[in-house]
Amino acid sequence: MTTDTLNNTSTADIEVAVNQGDNSGNHDHKMTGIKRWLYTTNHKDIGTLYLWFAFIMLLTGGALAMVIRAELFQPGLQLVEPDFFNQLTTVHGLVMVFGAIMPAFTGFANWMLPMMLGAPDMALPRMNNWSFWILPFAFAILLGSFFMESGAPNFGWTFYAPLSTTYSNGSTAFFGFAVHIMGISSIMGAINIVVTIMNMRAPGMTYMKMPLFVWTFFITAYLLIVVMPVLAGVVTMILTDTYFGTSFFDAAGGGDPVMFQHIFWFFGHPEVYIMILPAFGIISTTIPAFSRKKLFGYSSMVYATSSIALLSFLVWAHHMFTTGMPLFGELFFMYCTMLIAVPTGVKIFNWVATMWRGSLSFETPMLFSIAFVILFTIGGFSGLMLAMTPVDFQYHDTYFVVAHFHYVLVTGSLFSLYAGAYFWLPKWTGHMYNDTLSKWHFWCSLISVNLLFFPMHFLGLAGMPRRIPDYALQFADFNKWVSIGGFAFGLSQLIFLAVVIKCIRGGEKALAKPWDGAVGLEWTVASPAPYHTFSAPPSQQDIDKQHEN
Amino acid sequence: MSSDTNSAKSNKNNTLANNNTTVKKLLLVVLAMFGFGFLLVPLYDVFCDITGLNGKTSNTAASYNTTGIDSSRTVKVQFITRNAKGIPWQFEPVINEINVHPGEMKVVSFYAKNNASYDITGQAVPSVSPGLAANYFHKIECFCFTQQPLTAGSDVEMGLQFYVDIELPSDINTLTLSYTLYDISEKSS
Repeated sequence: MTTDTLNNTSTADIEVAVNQGDNSGNHDHKMTGIKRWLYTTNHKDIGTLYLWFAFIMLLTGGALAMVIRAELFQPGLQLVEPDFFNQLTTVHGLVMVFGAIMPAFTGFANWMLPMMLGAPDMALPRMNNWSFWILPFAFAILLGSFFMESGAPNFGWTFYAPLSTTYSNGSTAFFGFAVHIMGISSIMGAINIVVTIMNMRAPGMTYMKMPLFVWTFFITAYLLIVVMPVLAGVVTMILTDTYFGTSFFDAAGGGDPVMFQHIFWFFGHPEVYIMILPAFGIISTTIPAFSRKKLFGYSSMVYATSSIALLSFLVWAHHMFTTGMPLFGELFFMYCTMLIAVPTGVKIFNWVATMWRGSLSFETPMLFSIAFVILFTIGGFSGLMLAMTPVDFQYHDTYFVVAHFHYVLVTGSLFSLYAGAYFWLPKWTGHMYNDTLSKWHFWCSLISVNLLFFPMHFLGLAGMPRRIPDYALQFADFNKWVSIGGFAFGLSQLIFLAVVIKCIRGGEKALAKPWDGAVGLEWTVASPAPYHTFSAPPSQQDIDKQHEN
Repeated sequence: MSSDTNSAKSNKNNTLANNNTTVKKLLLVVLAMFGFGFLLVPLYDVFCDITGLNGKTSNTAASYNTTGIDSSRTVKVQFITRNAKGIPWQFEPVINEINVHPGEMKVVSFYAKNNASYDITGQAVPSVSPGLAANYFHKIECFCFTQQPLTAGSDVEMGLQFYVDIELPSDINTLTLSYTLYDISEKSS
């Protein structure tokens, strides 16, 4: 008898206790059709919903970016009006940050955390359902504003006052409510993650035996709980400034627009780590698996992640070097920012050391992971350049900044998501993905993403400002190449869609553990993972075995 | 088997109780951080008052109180004006810059004319650059302390009486005083 059939026999009894107050009784029976997805409290279903939602948002935000790149293909105004161009950049940023990257990571958390911890489900399954299902409404409001008389938000995803207050095109209310809902969703998701990790670990799973994946989500969830309410606060201030006559950011009434930037970036800088720490967790899972070695420096990884999280609260003003800060302020934020390179470097070197003299193989998840390590490091280095106050005066608000944050968010966060998706697709679907097609996805993405973002460094250094629909003639050639890279990268993501659909529909049957070097409790259950796993907790030997390997 | 199930159930109940406690604690953190966001507003003001970070000058009149005049040092004070969106006034300094010795009191004036066909109440908001000099720029009398109602077409010359503190850091040789003029007719009525 396998572990899985054992799990299933005792499922019905225990599930009643888990979902107290749920009267439907037999939980092995899934509802059918749309109701299964609307009413589901199953962590795997909700994880699937999050992942599909995130992918749809990735394509939506990508489509907006395609229009941006089409307009920038050559100098002059061809396709869109400048005001609409601003709406495109704004909504592109919001959709990618709050619609694609963050929900995708929440999807991974939902799918994997209970299985990695040996828990039957997330701690708060009903809240889990709620935190997902409010998201489509938030984005319906945000994207719907394109079709309103006022148009969509056009003040940048950072919604600096007074652009979003005094000079708002009337979309501030739509924007504000949408972001409030996204924030509530994130906070609920984060509370769920923290409670799950603190209380639902299988007996014998101590904190330092948790996979690093779990650690990074734990720390990220704490960051979310601490900073998302600050975002909610600043959005509220923007709303009252615009519609109820307060003067938080209005100098005429005694407020200060620069204060907006302080409060926003107090949220905003931890936010960028919210989008990269889970990526570190995924990469720390895939690289050991395909190097067939234990992760190098597990505990140093835990401490490095924590220090990055703590330092993220001390660096927010490096986004504001050009606002006229006094010298000691600029020095403080410059040094603190550079300090973050130390724990980040610890991580990079640990990954390299994990690969060192490992028995490497280059399956698609590993290809994405190695690309992540190299390209994220490029993004990290351009971040260090931006951290230097004197040169930041030159780079500020240029395409160099655009290149920097796309290297860390696309070849960083998004590539890690792909690595994780290919790594766990066999577990999710029960089938192996089409290897040839996935390699096409990787190589097309890798080549086009560099064509897309690398020349942006030079454009920025040469002085091309960001968020402009038109540019000086000397930038024309590079912009043409960037646009071609952009279209190619956008189309390459459709290959991923094809891979996933093919993988769900069929393909080579996946073993319970399709990767010989993989460790983790999720590989001790069958593929596809049964609807309910770990209704009975895993044995101590199983837990210890995952940690020792 | 049944005793196993019972112990499993009581374990699950413990977990549920633990979950509730953790959720409550985390919700408190959420509430506290929401409040903290708003607390940043007064904190920022206090911080700026103490350090003069954002170039805000005091909103109340200072008294002329100096330990002497440092005639060995000359500081250039520049005046610039700016109209916020939607106030059709002519608003400019009568002289653009003046050289002063730290501790020495000076009087300058600004000219304002309401070019609109209706009455407008204006409010000038000062700011000093570099920001750290704000605490060393003392206004004894300033039109920015009060609102300026101007009937349609009328004009006024408004005075500013100030001195630069003798303690002004030695690396600052030029101060820029900037006024932004806002239409506050709606808020004042």
